[in-house]
Amino acid sequence: MSTPALDPTLAASADARAVRTPAAEFWRKFKRQHVALVAGGFVIALVLLAVFAPWLVPFDAEQFFDYDALNAPPSAKHWFGVDSLGRDIFSRILMGTRISLAAGFVSVAVGAVIGTLFGLLAGYYEGWWDRIVMRLSDVLFAFPGILLAIGIVAILGNGMVNVIVAVAVFSVPAFARLVRGNVLSLKHQTYIEAVRSIGASDWVIMLRHLLPGTISSVVVYLTMRIGTSIITAASLSFLGLGAQPPTPEWGAMLNEARADMLNAPHVALFPSLAIFVTVLAFNLLGDGLRDALDPKLDS
Amino acid sequence: MVHYLIRRLLGLLPTLLIVAVLVFLFVHLLPGDPARLAAGVDAGPETVELVRRDLGLDRPLPEQFVRFFGHALQGDFGKSIRSQRPVATEIAERFGPTFWLTLAAMAWSVVLGMLLGIVSAVWRNRWPDRVGMTLAVSGISFPSFALGMVLMQLFSVQLGWLPTVGADSWRHYILPSLTLGAGVAAVMARFTRSSFIDVLKEDYVRTARAKGLGEPVVVVKHGLRNALIPVVTMMGLQFGFLLGGSIVVEVVFNWPGMGRLLVDAVDMRDYPVIQALVLLFSLEFIVINLVVDLLYAVINPTIRFK
Repeated sequence: MSTPALDPTLAASADARAVRTPAAEFWRKFKRQHVALVAGGFVIALVLLAVFAPWLVPFDAEQFFDYDALNAPPSAKHWFGVDSLGRDIFSRILMGTRISLAAGFVSVAVGAVIGTLFGLLAGYYEGWWDRIVMRLSDVLFAFPGILLAIGIVAILGNGMVNVIVAVAVFSVPAFARLVRGNVLSLKHQTYIEAVRSIGASDWVIMLRHLLPGTISSVVVYLTMRIGTSIITAASLSFLGLGAQPPTPEWGAMLNEARADMLNAPHVALFPSLAIFVTVLAFNLLGDGLRDALDPKLDS
Repeated sequence: MVHYLIRRLLGLLPTLLIVAVLVFLFVHLLPGDPARLAAGVDAGPETVELVRRDLGLDRPLPEQFVRFFGHALQGDFGKSIRSQRPVATEIAERFGPTFWLTLAAMAWSVVLGMLLGIVSAVWRNRWPDRVGMTLAVSGISFPSFALGMVLMQLFSVQLGWLPTVGADSWRHYILPSLTLGAGVAAVMARFTRSSFIDVLKEDYVRTARAKGLGEPVVVVKHGLRNALIPVVTMMGLQFGFLLGGSIVVEVVFNWPGMGRLLVDAVDMRDYPVIQALVLLFSLEFIVINLVVDLLYAVINPTIRFK
């Protein structure tokens, strides 16, 4: 009484042909990018470090002072040495991971969500929506990124939260343009016409059918952007506009270390390395994602 | 070409106007009363009122804007709160060092970046490519302020070859321009490489090879010009990045330029200086992008006739 559709052997052979879903295809290409895999693993490790940092640090990052070891170089007790106030640099770097990752993730996520939404609207409706969104992004692009951030911080006041807001604002136009461009080329494809002809609403078309088509380039850009945003946030703290001492933010730590460069260059070395390695990981991961997702590189 | 230039210039006007409005509104977005800011913390209420009338802050906003805009067109941005000197004079002194620093950084980084990109593309996936791209990805990942501190520590403090701070001679320009240009060189290298790889796959490159031209001729004569088109656009964007980057680098090297002036002004809430600098920076950026678009039209005739 078995119908062919329920035949177990048939189902098994369909499995063996391995349906090539976009996700499977992506993974097949991505796992060949060894550098990006390592970078991705490193990013995951960093996130875990950031989450568990308060339980992992050997000393309190702000309240512990070893007055007998001011500016001491790395040792078994203080892995990355001690700064001019007697604080343990390793603990401060570890706690700083939380701040830098949060700054990078939050600012880019906010910028990406708002920018993607604007880009969808501009690309889908064109006309007025398009003109307003593009004009606004022209204006935001008329300010070199960090200058815009400095302007926003000047208005909102110093502090890490305001820095995150500032970095998010100047991420918006880049995502808006990227998504708009993709939508403009996608929306004349037959499958969109088909969805429209069965009466789907504009929102369903945008969110269920256009968004998935553009999401891969958004993810690639987002990953790269996190690296840039971490640097921008650290730069603003370095300039004294972001996190304030004694907060263990990497850029702020470098700024504090400047005064003692002659006696204790290691105080500046470790925050520099922390920023470099973190941003490098995001950039390498972004490169790998791009190579795995870009159909142009298939050949 | 003239037609294209005029159209591009007209297209800039709305952007310029919105930028000017934003810069003007900036003062009113600041927390606190601008008149009180200008009068200083110790001023009594009468003085604050006097300053308010003197600066025209009691007038309706549109009127204030027309006044601000009219003065700005004549280069008058009022007086610096900190130094009490005209903002225009303060900025005039600082313009040169920033301009030359940016130019020096741009010059070496574009040349080196493009060279690295071409070498990487021609020897794709072999050791020159791997070395070049490792350098490039490191370049975009290393923050400029950290690089500046490392270079200063190494070449000025340890080796004593170069001066640490100031802008008195050409030797003062070496470290800051290296620091500022490193990121741009890296971006240019990555971008030139991918642009060149695309071009080297084109039919006309195969044709050039097929008719027996040597590889150097193929790369330089047939590849370079076509690969340059997107690279020139990138150059314009990078110049904006340099303007922004100079702010950080100037602080590291204590450079007497506009970037450090801006950071000091933000610190002191010296808003006339902030306004003028933000306007000037964005004006510079807009002009550079216009020049790049024009260059683009010169290289690529299809743009002009669109």
